[in-house]
Amino acid sequence: MTATSLEEPPAPDGPPGADRPPPSRARRRRPRPGVRTGLLLLPPMLWLGVAYLGALAALLITAFWSQDDFTGEIQRVWTLDNFRQLFTIDVYRTITVRTLLIAALVTVVDAVLAFPIALYMAKVASARAQRLLVIAVLMPLWASYLVKAYAWRAMLSENGLISWLLAPFGLDTPGYGLVATTVTLAYLWLPYMILPVFAGLERLPGSLLEASSDLGAHSWTTLRRVVLPMAFPAIVAGSIFTFSLSMGDFIAVTIVGGTGQLLGNVVYNNVGAANNLPFAAAVATIPIAVMLVYLAVVRRTGALENL
Amino acid sequence: MRKISPRRTGTRRSGARRLGVLAGVALLAVVSGCGTSGGGGSSPSANGGFTPPDVPMKQSLGSMEGQVNILAWPGYAEDGSNDPKVDWVTPFEKQTGCQANVKYFGTSDEAVKLMKTGQYDVVSASGDASLRLIAAGDVAPVNTDLVKNYADISPFLKDRDWNSVNGQMYGIPHGWGANLLMYNTDVVKPAPTSWGSVFTGASQYAGKVTAYDSPIYIADAALYLMKHQPGLKITNPYALDSDQLQAAVDLLKKQRQNVSEYWSDYLKEVQAFSTGDSVIGTTWEVIAQVAQGEKVPVKAVLPQEGSTGWSDTWMVSSKSQHSNCAYAWMDYITGPQAQADVAQYFGEAPANPKACDLTAKNFCDAYHASDAQYADKIWYWTTPISNCLDGRKDVQCTDYGDWTQAWTEVKG
Repeated sequence: MTATSLEEPPAPDGPPGADRPPPSRARRRRPRPGVRTGLLLLPPMLWLGVAYLGALAALLITAFWSQDDFTGEIQRVWTLDNFRQLFTIDVYRTITVRTLLIAALVTVVDAVLAFPIALYMAKVASARAQRLLVIAVLMPLWASYLVKAYAWRAMLSENGLISWLLAPFGLDTPGYGLVATTVTLAYLWLPYMILPVFAGLERLPGSLLEASSDLGAHSWTTLRRVVLPMAFPAIVAGSIFTFSLSMGDFIAVTIVGGTGQLLGNVVYNNVGAANNLPFAAAVATIPIAVMLVYLAVVRRTGALENL
Repeated sequence: MRKISPRRTGTRRSGARRLGVLAGVALLAVVSGCGTSGGGGSSPSANGGFTPPDVPMKQSLGSMEGQVNILAWPGYAEDGSNDPKVDWVTPFEKQTGCQANVKYFGTSDEAVKLMKTGQYDVVSASGDASLRLIAAGDVAPVNTDLVKNYADISPFLKDRDWNSVNGQMYGIPHGWGANLLMYNTDVVKPAPTSWGSVFTGASQYAGKVTAYDSPIYIADAALYLMKHQPGLKITNPYALDSDQLQAAVDLLKKQRQNVSEYWSDYLKEVQAFSTGDSVIGTTWEVIAQVAQGEKVPVKAVLPQEGSTGWSDTWMVSSKSQHSNCAYAWMDYITGPQAQADVAQYFGEAPANPKACDLTAKNFCDAYHASDAQYADKIWYWTTPISNCLDGRKDVQCTDYGDWTQAWTEVKG
């Protein structure tokens, strides 16, 4: 979350905003700044292009192949069958909708939990307390994902901590299922929401809050009309993490999800169990497509600059 | 990342060009990737019969290669690293000079996937994996004359649907067992005697029923229907036409409303029974024993309908680089001592009855090791294929791909 800049170095012949047009001869003599930046970026771009996007493209191409159901051999013949199945068999629509709902729910839960924490960290806590709080927020990230998920499995179980805590109120543990999945995922991704919101609120000038108060606004009004609108892009930035991580997750669901399954499980079962790579690839295009749409929408809020 | 200043349109344009270059590079990578890996293995004709590809069989033994890569169910090739007392790999290494590199797998589907890499010489394949391995040409026919312990193996395990094709063995039988019905004796009363308690009677334990998480579990439902809905005319739970499969799927969907969770990791099931999240469901003998060892009040029974089960076979990879060591391993692991060790550790019936002289007293009786009649009550996991395993010629049966699809639908 450091502020790096991809900006070109300022041209030697004056500030970039200068009115006069750049002399055309100078442009011919030396490589244009864009070209220089391009050369500098070539090695990482090659890495990104070949290893990263190349793998992604290979995945997408696999989605158009098929598999011999019996032997598991991949048949490299172009077909739209995987997508036809994906769109015509009801269960995949159900699973997609369920996955989106859970991802959205996890994001909302995290945003609601993260905002007050981040606000306290950024605007109220002393410098020392702030450091300690940042460490506290980061701490769960140092523990293994599996340890945390299994901890929730133990807590949510029939004889677990939650059941024991709720018993005096006549309530019971939600047991394993989609509620448990939402709770576990919300716990797992919370730091990814707190940190961007904290970073966003920290940049909020204190003078604005004072100005709002001087103009007679209650703190609640300040929060609603000054802080929230300015923190909104940061919350959206955090939501990119919580939403995409939830959409791709399959481990928490296998641990606490009971009989439920999400898109990630369908991918996992098709790769790990049925060995049907083409169909798994087709399923994997759903979260990719959803995220592309999501990012396109998010871009309008200016949240991408808050990452 | 800070906002890139929009006033300089030049940045944007070069950004777009960079993207273009990127896309080009990506495309190039993909095209060259495809070029090198064209053509699949030989696969049988999609709908017709099942003719295994022509893979040569080993004719004679040569000198040992010094190592062997073993793909095994957990517990089948213990080298003392889990428990120093449980070790039958080290004696093998000393005897043969073949260093054994063991990799465990969790499900048959995983084993099939790993065998495709060609990195493993031998695999302990269950019946739901073996036909797929044979059909894909991933394993070679086995020359049983080269394995001296083969003669001692129980006859009812030889030349069966799941380990041979047209009378040609594709492996050496290792051991077998049934999928049992486990229940919590404190909660489930009276003791169940039928699989009905996890199907039609499951609502009695709503939210506490568990089932095995694999497409092959559909056979458990088919077995129940075979006994209780004769109208469906199921004669083999692995040979289901589409109507019969649908009936099994419907039964499983109803069951799902009462299921707490599906298990494939056996420790997950032990834990679910010890916390009380599950009180009844399918199990393996080894799970029941582990749970009882942890003082969980459970019992495992073979219900009146009989049950599905597994019969494992050691198979040799068609791409094996260490086939002599692989044959040495198959011979060693099916010998009386190794069979006795593995069977007692894992909780299964050994394939070699001579092992029974070396096991604890009554062990082989408890597992019905030499009891062909008991073994016949078990429907061993077999890969469903499109030409019906029960011999029907007038219909086409559903294959493993259909079962995988159906299983996804069951789980919803």
